[in-house]
Amino acid sequence: MARIIAGVGTSHTPAIGAAVDNGRTGEPYWAPLFKGYEPSKKWMAETAPDVAIVVYNDHVNAFDFKIIPTFAVGCAAEFPIADEGWGPRPVPPVKGYPELAAHLVQSLVLDEFDITICNEMQVDHGLTVPMTLMFGQPKEWPLRVIPIAVNVIQYPAPTGNRCYQLGKAIKKAVEAWDEDLRVVIFGTGGMSHQIQGPRAGLINKEFDTAFLDGLTRDPEALARIPPIEYLREAGAEAIELVMWLIMRGALGDRVREVYRFYHVPASSTAVGNIILEAA
Amino acid sequence: MSKKPEEYEDIPGTWIFDAERARKGYHLNQFLYSLMKPENREEFLADERKYLMKFPMTEEQREAVMKRDWNRLLELGGVSYALAKLAFTDKKSYQYMASQMVGVPEEEYVKMMLAGGRSPDGWRSKSERREN
Repeated sequence: MARIIAGVGTSHTPAIGAAVDNGRTGEPYWAPLFKGYEPSKKWMAETAPDVAIVVYNDHVNAFDFKIIPTFAVGCAAEFPIADEGWGPRPVPPVKGYPELAAHLVQSLVLDEFDITICNEMQVDHGLTVPMTLMFGQPKEWPLRVIPIAVNVIQYPAPTGNRCYQLGKAIKKAVEAWDEDLRVVIFGTGGMSHQIQGPRAGLINKEFDTAFLDGLTRDPEALARIPPIEYLREAGAEAIELVMWLIMRGALGDRVREVYRFYHVPASSTAVGNIILEAA
Repeated sequence: MSKKPEEYEDIPGTWIFDAERARKGYHLNQFLYSLMKPENREEFLADERKYLMKFPMTEEQREAVMKRDWNRLLELGGVSYALAKLAFTDKKSYQYMASQMVGVPEEEYVKMMLAGGRSPDGWRSKSERREN
């Protein structure tokens, strides 16, 4: 049977991707960040999972404003890299797993999550920056990926609790798949940040630290954080953190924290990274 | 009228992109989305007004685009992720765009971020700041 063995929480700041693509990772501004990700990268190389489910949000690239799905599962065999306005990132296309993705959709819909099916979809920095952080710059990505895109652009985003419950349903779906597969799930975005208006640049280290702690200590309490609290305490774009709760929900009741890293800033963002193994 | 949480409007220096703002900004955001294509970026830069006329947005929105009046664009229904495409078209970054919204030179904004960013203290609510 397939199993979700671990979760990765990570920010997906586009400037991190640009730093890698332009060979700037050794610069004083960036070096501490990339050093902080080394243990996670090593963990990933040693763990060598077969499939990654990457929960992320599209930033007006795959979806314009005509159609805004709340939860969308990428069911394609391959996902091209989006041109977000400065040309596509020079990273390999992302290989999908259409059979498993279709199974996920079926299971989730029967579990009463109304999923949007994407048979063609470009992926943007929300997905590719976490891939770069965890896998570096390979010629081809070393595993198959099922993207799950969540609307956090137009309010309201799904609630933290809805995301947490979706995570639980993803766990159930994966475990109902016969093939022996080791699956990791990524929750991406955040942590505290705001990139709009005169309040841009907001960072709340206390909020972020409590959020990281809560992932092991009391995820149910995190799932009850109302949307307005993310906005007020951690910045308008911190609502992305609800996507980490999908990851957390998919890991089961107990998890073991393997690694944690926190760094301010990458551009306007507080960068967080956590590795949680399902206990 | 749609009913929305009042708290959305109580956060200072912030325009929450809710259904109402999304409706107002629809054509503005679709224009911004069009800048994903290199040929559209070129066409826009060659004659901004002419290109903007292809989109049924308001004259206010067109003016704000041409002036790169970022906060006004937020107010008129633009969403930051779409606005970033205008910044990218100008070969600028998110960071530059954010500094413009804050109203400081980019170097000053970077300095603030390197020092740990903007504290939420004093920025939690308009009522707290007596802006209401």
